[in-house]
Amino acid sequence: MNPKRKRRLMMIILILIGVGSATALTLTAFNQNMMFFYSPSQVAAGEAPKNRPFRVGGMVKENSLSRDNDGITVRFIVHDNAKEVTIRYTGILPDLFREGQGIVAHGKLGENGVFIANEVLAKHDENYMPPEVAAAMKPKGIDKK
Amino acid sequence: MIPELGHFSLILALSLAIAQAFFPLVGAQLNKTRWMAVAKPAAHGQFIFLSIAFAALTTSFINNDFSVLYVATNSNSLLPVQYRISAVWGAHEGSLLLWSLILGIWTLAVSLFSKHLPPAMVSRVLGVMGLISIGFLLFMLFTSNPFDRLLPAAIEGRDLNPLLQDFGLIIHPPMLYMGYVGFSVAFAFAIAALLGGQLDSAWARWSRPWTTMAWCFLTIGIALGSWWAYYELGWGGWWFWDPVENASFMPWLIGTALIHSLAVTEKRGSFKSWTVMLAILAFSLSLLGTFLVRSGVVTSVHAFATDPTRGVFILAFLGVVIGGSLLLYAFKAGNIKSAGRFSLFSRETLLLTNNIILVVVCATVLLGTLYPLVLDAMGAGKISVGMPYFNYMFTLFMLPLVFLMAIGPLTRWKRQSINDLLGKITIIFIISVLTGIASYFMLGTISWSVAGVIALFTWIIGSSLINLYKRVENKPNKITALTTIPLSFYGMFLAHIGVAVFMMGVTFTSHYSEEKDIRMKPGDSLDMAGYNFQFEGATEVNGPNYRAQQGSIVISQNNRKITTLKPQKRLYLVQRSPMTEAAIDASLSRDLFIAMGEPLGNGEWSIRIQYKPLIRWIWLGTIIMAIGGLLSISDKRYRYKRKRLAS
Repeated sequence: MNPKRKRRLMMIILILIGVGSATALTLTAFNQNMMFFYSPSQVAAGEAPKNRPFRVGGMVKENSLSRDNDGITVRFIVHDNAKEVTIRYTGILPDLFREGQGIVAHGKLGENGVFIANEVLAKHDENYMPPEVAAAMKPKGIDKK
Repeated sequence: MIPELGHFSLILALSLAIAQAFFPLVGAQLNKTRWMAVAKPAAHGQFIFLSIAFAALTTSFINNDFSVLYVATNSNSLLPVQYRISAVWGAHEGSLLLWSLILGIWTLAVSLFSKHLPPAMVSRVLGVMGLISIGFLLFMLFTSNPFDRLLPAAIEGRDLNPLLQDFGLIIHPPMLYMGYVGFSVAFAFAIAALLGGQLDSAWARWSRPWTTMAWCFLTIGIALGSWWAYYELGWGGWWFWDPVENASFMPWLIGTALIHSLAVTEKRGSFKSWTVMLAILAFSLSLLGTFLVRSGVVTSVHAFATDPTRGVFILAFLGVVIGGSLLLYAFKAGNIKSAGRFSLFSRETLLLTNNIILVVVCATVLLGTLYPLVLDAMGAGKISVGMPYFNYMFTLFMLPLVFLMAIGPLTRWKRQSINDLLGKITIIFIISVLTGIASYFMLGTISWSVAGVIALFTWIIGSSLINLYKRVENKPNKITALTTIPLSFYGMFLAHIGVAVFMMGVTFTSHYSEEKDIRMKPGDSLDMAGYNFQFEGATEVNGPNYRAQQGSIVISQNNRKITTLKPQKRLYLVQRSPMTEAAIDASLSRDLFIAMGEPLGNGEWSIRIQYKPLIRWIWLGTIIMAIGGLLSISDKRYRYKRKRLAS
């Protein structure tokens, strides 16, 4: 092999090793951080994972919001017209959080079937329904507004 | 009348864009000088008519002309006038108009500052930019005309989204678009070079300042977006790896790679086809960004369009631009001969590493952004990719990049002897490691990873200073020698220091921020991060188009009062939408950030209090980077070149 080819081959091998390991690392990290969306019905049916974070979303049930004594921890019920999930969240709720509106929560399922959220999203517009929530509501007969 | 004038101007601009694309491109191919000569006047005319259209829409906003649908949807007679102007680009149609106008500005700039270029090159560049303009003007006229009338006229407008009633929105989109659209110049140069088969180092020299300029705008645009999110909607976060943010960040990553690879092409004549590829990618990603943001496939504050024809149009346009340019690349790139040879350890290799890392990071961001969309489109489930993925990948790849960034400028083109390099950097390496260790033990509460970043910071600053010193080492008068160093060197010097400053900001903010959501009644106080926060209750205040509850929080340190912050909870009256207006006490060393949560009755509120060390360094770093970019454009080599070629 002449030196020019050898140099080029070395270069290519180095790049391949680099890109290969980068791909492997990426895919591992990607797999660990993928969060699936489950509707309250799916959670009730036990389809949601027990010890890995996922997202759940639906409409906040009217009059279901209650506050613990610290004033910061809230509980509320999210439903998709079929099943309900209780969500517990410690922190300040987003501006557009309202009973009767669609939200998406990120978090894990707790021991007693209560979803412990570390993030609650209610998006930027009064009429806005998160697409996941709209899809979750659809089969139950209520369409996106 | 005025809206019709605007609409008509748009149509005229489209006709001129067609002329600007067709005659110069065909003329350059057939070598017809008179056809090529159409390019500049057409570009100027197009710019004039786009300006008229833009002025027409702005006038309709200022005059509260609610017979224009777009104005009625996005403005209100109570809206303060500066927001009426910025509302022009506050939603889909108007932001497209801004996009087109900015493309017109870049085209005008190219036509004015290209006197030194061969006529065929200029014609092709302007022709390609004309093609892009055609795409956007067609899109606007057929699917998103901002001048559509609303009959009968509305009595009152629906008001601008309250989140967008803010200084940040006035400047963030124009800056970002200057960056996005600016890459169309680099793209047009690349396509022109492919068409003309003229890819030499002169080409890289022409294209370089334009690319750097676009990059500067994009850097500032992204930073402004992040800053706006921080104080306006982020509850104190500055980056969320939201698809929309990623959409602006991907062209930035590729643009950064492009700037570095253009340097190799200009100075050494290597990497030619790779550089062309990056130029195509950078602009394609800008278009993809526009598609992601505007088509409604991702839902966010930026996604206005839910009309599916718009999405289909942008997707088709995207397909034509990316597919067409890649096809051209496939046919022509084989003829490109890269000149310079280089050995395994050389500045070329390090810049190649830089490029590979940046492209890989961009690919990981692209995967995290697009994969959920693809999966959803195939009906395979709704997933989202969490922030930890992006944070982990970004840190993993960027740390080695930042480490090498310190070495790169010290290495020679073609071949670098390892011993020689070690001689330059061993001392600074030892100093950096010692600084890291010392800060670990002296600052008490820091972790090894933060100590590592402090070492890395020292490493970049130190090696940059060494590089500066090496430049004047053998000169008799070192101070005057400093003034003879080309500006482009100082540009790089500053940009790299900007990265270091940014890195410190990110590290300290993410490791040492303190945050508390707390219930407070008037008189309650909280001690956090050495500060005392005392809540004095909330009162009602009224704005022009909102009502607000304004809290008052006295902050003191060591029993000395520092400031009183007045965060607000606003209710915008037209859209009935609540808004949190955080109050921030900013300084270079830390921000104190307070936002009102909800009223809990009896004058009690839930309140979020945050302490954010060095967060200003994040934006300061990006400003330093952009200043570095501007300095390197000002380098005289880009100016006297013109005179020399003219003579």
